[in-house]
Amino acid sequence: MPAEIRHLGDRGLLVELGDGIDPAVNRRVQRLQQMIVRETLWGVVETIPAYCSLLVVYDPLRAAPQALARQIRGLCDFEDAAASEIQRPVIEIPVVYGGEAGPDLEAVAAYHKLTGEEIIHLHSGTVYRVYMIGFTPGFPYMGELPQALDTPRRETPRTHIPKGSVAIAQRQTGIYPVVSPGGWQIIGHTPLELFDPQQDHPSLLGMGDEVRFVPVTAEEASQWAR
Amino acid sequence: MGTVDLLEILAPGILASLQDTGRQGYGRIGVAPSGAADSYACRIGNLLVGNLENAAALEITLMGFQARFRCEAVFAITGADLQPTLNGRPLPLWTVLRAAPGDRLELPAAACGCRAYLAVGGGFHAPAVMGSRSTNIGAGFGGHEGRALQAGDVLRGCGPASYLSLSGRSLPDTLWPVHTSDWVLRVLPGPQSDQFPAASRTQFYEALYTVSGASNRTGVRLEGPAIAKEAGAPASILSEGILCGAIQVPGDGKPIILMNETVTGGYRKIAVVIAADLPLLGQVAPGDTVRFRETDLAQARQLLSGVEAAVDWARRHFSDWQQTL
Repeated sequence: MPAEIRHLGDRGLLVELGDGIDPAVNRRVQRLQQMIVRETLWGVVETIPAYCSLLVVYDPLRAAPQALARQIRGLCDFEDAAASEIQRPVIEIPVVYGGEAGPDLEAVAAYHKLTGEEIIHLHSGTVYRVYMIGFTPGFPYMGELPQALDTPRRETPRTHIPKGSVAIAQRQTGIYPVVSPGGWQIIGHTPLELFDPQQDHPSLLGMGDEVRFVPVTAEEASQWAR
Repeated sequence: MGTVDLLEILAPGILASLQDTGRQGYGRIGVAPSGAADSYACRIGNLLVGNLENAAALEITLMGFQARFRCEAVFAITGADLQPTLNGRPLPLWTVLRAAPGDRLELPAAACGCRAYLAVGGGFHAPAVMGSRSTNIGAGFGGHEGRALQAGDVLRGCGPASYLSLSGRSLPDTLWPVHTSDWVLRVLPGPQSDQFPAASRTQFYEALYTVSGASNRTGVRLEGPAIAKEAGAPASILSEGILCGAIQVPGDGKPIILMNETVTGGYRKIAVVIAADLPLLGQVAPGDTVRFRETDLAQARQLLSGVEAAVDWARRHFSDWQQTL
């Protein structure tokens, strides 16, 4: 699909590179972002990647949107021709499943007519791609969950979700890096620090990373450090 | 230059936090820009008191703010008219004023607008986190200990004694923004405006919306005609990057104008407020009315040039003193 570029007001160009939650489309978004960063296009302030789109934020007094859109289109053609990707090793995230750490595990199991153990086995048995970071600082949107774990959001969102909560919604899984409200089903908790504003790289995860969840006991989790 | 105890907060009012021009470049890891909701008032206030325009100022919301100066300083109050007084005497806005230790500053209630900015000569001392002193209240970092101010907090200043000679200068009233309680915000069509039926778009531009009391730094929530989406279209879309000024239409059809505390969103955007009007968006208060008027990219650019020309004027006229120090 050719890139479709839409205006987001007078400061943003939204580059749509496909539809849906699709690793191939998300890789195109990632490659386009890397190219825009490398080319340092005049007037571009920052880029915000998502599942199937890249938001290019520009300074309207330095960049003309029509000219910028033409440059971006050129990069899209180029990236289709030369696709290569450097992949980081799979990042392992320790998780305490169920109980106080994962208050929705039992309800999720009941919804699917499975046991808690089977849910844990399914959730930790898959390598996930980080499609985007959003919602709050460092929150990774990861997928896809196995079909058997496809679960709707909670009817009533929670107003206070503890930092480190591991959650699922539909075919996605995520981790809440800071205390926030949210409507996903919480099945576990990780001791890892996902976001630390004092670090040079504040977010543990970035778009394109691959992640596997590793079940641990509460005791093992308490000994874990970033 | 050493830091000194500058301002003791007696009552923060609805919300008071340190903000500057915002945190750029971290959207890809979910970090919103934060920053002053009315960047014009914040930048001008800092320039008036001799600071760089990206210094941190205190953003004060609507009513109930009280503080006491702990040392001699110059300050300026810009943005909304919250009827400021010093030791009970009314103060002019957009003007550099002098305070002595023990002086009591109050911003009791909004006559017009939503957010006032208190800038002090030398600036408030706060560590830069990810390149900015703005408070990210949701994630709890930046500004003063990563949070909104509380009674008893003492803000430190950076060498305010060197700035005392600037007392008395003010912004010409031709450069004062015009505040109202019946706002007209200029917008461009949003990236999904073509996914709304023509009747919904017409309704959006004809409607008179009232600003909900549930509005905050995250977004201005509007009460009024619900905007219908195409029949059968799902309520939400896949999350994508958003910017301050984007007008989302969630499932209930009541538009939300997003502000500087969000980087991604999963609802269709019917329109986007132009950059030149974002400082005004920061002054829209609960109970005010809002209408939207469509414009085009060429005019949006011209209007933004006008805003930046005013800031540039202030930059040239208010920063010359530093060379003579």
